[in-house]
Amino acid sequence: MEDTHSVKGLAHHFDDMEQQREAGTLGMWAFLITEIMFFGGLFMAYILYRSKYPEAFSSASGHLNWRLGAANTVVLIVSSLTMALAVYYSQTGNKRLLITMLVLTMILGATFLVVKGFEYHTKWVDHLIPGFGFEWHLAGDPQKVQMFYFIYFAMTGIHALHMVVGLGIMAVILRMAMKDRFTQTYHSPVEISGLYWHFVDIVWIFLFPLLYLLGAHEGH
Amino acid sequence: MEAIVDQPRVHYINKEYGVKSWLLTVDHKRIALLYLASVTLFFFLGGAFAVALRLELMTPQGDLMQAETYNRMFTMHGVVMVFFFLIPGIPAVLGNFLVPLMIGARDLAFPRLNLLSWYIYNVGAIFTLYAIISGGVDTGWTFYTPYSTTYSSSNVLLTGIGIFITGFSSILTGLNFIVTIHTMRAPGMTWFRLPLFIWSHYATSLIMILGTPVVAITVLLLALERIARVGIFDPALGGDPILFQHLFWFYSHPAVYIMVLPAMGVVSELIANFARKNIFGYKFVAFASMAIAVFGFLVWGHHMFTSSQSVYAGMIFSFLSFAVAIPSAVKVFNWTATLYKSSISYSTPLLYALGFIGLFTIGGMTGLFLAAAGLDIHVHDTYFVVAHFHYVMVGGTLMAYMGGLHYWWPKITGRMYPEGWAKFSALIIFVGFNLTFFPQFILGYQGMPRRYYAYPPEFQVLNVMSTAGASILGFGVLFPMVYFVWSMRYGKVPADNPWGAFGLEWQTSSPPPTENFKQTPVVTWEAYEFSPRDKMEILGLRGVEETKV
Amino acid sequence: MSEHIVSKKIYFLIFSALMVLTVLTVFVATLDLGRFNAIVALSIAVLKAMLVVLYFMHVRYSSKLTWAFVGAGFFWLAILFALTLSDYFSRPWLGQ
Ligand SMILES: [Cu+2]
Repeated sequence: MEDTHSVKGLAHHFDDMEQQREAGTLGMWAFLITEIMFFGGLFMAYILYRSKYPEAFSSASGHLNWRLGAANTVVLIVSSLTMALAVYYSQTGNKRLLITMLVLTMILGATFLVVKGFEYHTKWVDHLIPGFGFEWHLAGDPQKVQMFYFIYFAMTGIHALHMVVGLGIMAVILRMAMKDRFTQTYHSPVEISGLYWHFVDIVWIFLFPLLYLLGAHEGH
Repeated sequence: MEAIVDQPRVHYINKEYGVKSWLLTVDHKRIALLYLASVTLFFFLGGAFAVALRLELMTPQGDLMQAETYNRMFTMHGVVMVFFFLIPGIPAVLGNFLVPLMIGARDLAFPRLNLLSWYIYNVGAIFTLYAIISGGVDTGWTFYTPYSTTYSSSNVLLTGIGIFITGFSSILTGLNFIVTIHTMRAPGMTWFRLPLFIWSHYATSLIMILGTPVVAITVLLLALERIARVGIFDPALGGDPILFQHLFWFYSHPAVYIMVLPAMGVVSELIANFARKNIFGYKFVAFASMAIAVFGFLVWGHHMFTSSQSVYAGMIFSFLSFAVAIPSAVKVFNWTATLYKSSISYSTPLLYALGFIGLFTIGGMTGLFLAAAGLDIHVHDTYFVVAHFHYVMVGGTLMAYMGGLHYWWPKITGRMYPEGWAKFSALIIFVGFNLTFFPQFILGYQGMPRRYYAYPPEFQVLNVMSTAGASILGFGVLFPMVYFVWSMRYGKVPADNPWGAFGLEWQTSSPPPTENFKQTPVVTWEAYEFSPRDKMEILGLRGVEETKV
Repeated sequence: MSEHIVSKKIYFLIFSALMVLTVLTVFVATLDLGRFNAIVALSIAVLKAMLVVLYFMHVRYSSKLTWAFVGAGFFWLAILFALTLSDYFSRPWLGQ
């Protein structure tokens, strides 16, 4: 037992690196299951009110800037690619490219948030914040449109919060990478945080069509 | 071997001293004790509210309090008991202590996450306490909308935040257990050699990680609606209160199993040990836990029979609710079959286990009455329902919690509780409990609605009986509080394995050392294998004897 | 025992597929297909999510246990949606 303490990155209560890696990965998956259910409640609300108030939802959705939404989708998919490559380079032990990929991932994540912030700002200017001087003069019952925006802000807001957390995790991983903490045999933190990052990407993959593209075919 | 005889043995309690060594500990055993302290505090707080309720209900008219106060009292009783005692109770205290010990691990998979979960619990608790002190909540523990989002002027927001936060401690505990049970079992500890306590905790953890996030987002939406006044649940604003009920009960029905599955795990251990044989139909009991966890998620609609649900949906939910009784019944039958013709020793823990079987059966059977939509519409929101779930939660969970605390007390503290006093208070609790809640079945059936501070005079006799029972029950739970504390200093020092039990947790010293086992145990025997010949052989193999001085 | 290293080629391939599907979903949204708009959009999203889960998140190369966990997550989500909606669909009087 004593000698295991000297293995780099191995916590005292695990027998070996394999067990530790397995536990970490499984733990992240279990956490992602809770995330699925967490967002699931929001999606349930979305499904219900969208089928109850289709016109209002479609008209409200048409007012979102789908170009920015699409741009952000691309940004996130690219960041998923760089994240996947970061894992690849951590597995092959290429420190320089690992750091490059992590930095790129973070830049893309930050870009997403900036675009999102810009969108939120526009909504603020247009008086589209639910409950805070909400105004609506286009097609659709304002009350129902406001519900769409409520769900929109709840979903994208919680998603953005996850992005912020993701950036924090990436910062920690980046620091560890720069401090030479990872080796070809020990890099599960990179992989595990990668799982989280990809999950947040998946949530957006659903949010984009559901929120932004609802009213697209009605033309503006 | 390293025989310095006079030196007291170092174990997890005396290894370090000082507040810091406790507040920053990552040892699952110490965290279990931290949880024990928090949970006990909330148990007595919730109990105090119950006393207030029963006092008010002694007389038909409102003399101790009026409706506004009474509404707050029963709400806070429910909130405190459900979210801060019943749900964390057995998993966070006994589970935390025992899961690694029972599977032969040195700790849970994520020790720091475990400590974090205790802190999260306490942060949530502080919010809730603050809500209570600054006026309380009056929505009922179910927070039904639109009352909770629009009309209630009590501290819904603060309480909601408290519950939201505490939910994450539950999620983290469940996550930790699942990963630990999957990845940290000792060599030879296969799935079907696991104690049934572990199976039931695995099933519980599944519910914790799959259900809790849904109630978290629901409470969050409720809070946002309250702040922004935008309809999600309030029909006047375009929302839908039925959606709230769906989302809330998606978690809160399975939450009943979060309370009762660990209790069933405890009872399995107690029965196997005191009957000194393997649980009859071990695999069935193990799978029954999993079946309860899965089927428990399909029945929540039975809380909405009177919400203008269609007969078709009502029939489906009714049928599924009946189905979920099957695995519970399997357990009860198998425990009984285990006891049949076995050499039973009637120690305190077994008394509690027997109490559990009887009371839980009544709670479960009356649950079937309620699952039948026709009858439910008659007794919906009456004291029949109140009595039913108290038979499950107090008669079930509390009994098993007490039984488990007594059984593992020598393991946890290295001291024995006083057997005579313990038997006496077990008896008092049993009598007090039945006197409190059995009359409520009758009251409910006669039509007394729940959640009212006043009632027609013809209900008084039964209500007085109930209040009398509650006072007996109250004394019954105070005794253990006193003698447990007393025993920590003055209790007899028992042998490492005072019950001659067979679980891995008993194959290390009591209290265990911080790392749990001197060497990683290798399991070569089946669960609850009580045959004496094998036992000696195995004990020899395990080399436990030589570590003792 | 040892982990599976997914080649860079596969990562880029999946990335291209995700990009193509993104363009596709935007394009389809501009057509008026009635209720099929939602169905197509969701199908594309599910397909994209599956690609990410299977390849970027390595589930395709992972243990049965990981498959079970992922499956459980989506299965329980399906329970939530299906039973809630079954109640709503059998309440015709709640519609418009
Ligand atoms: Cu229920």
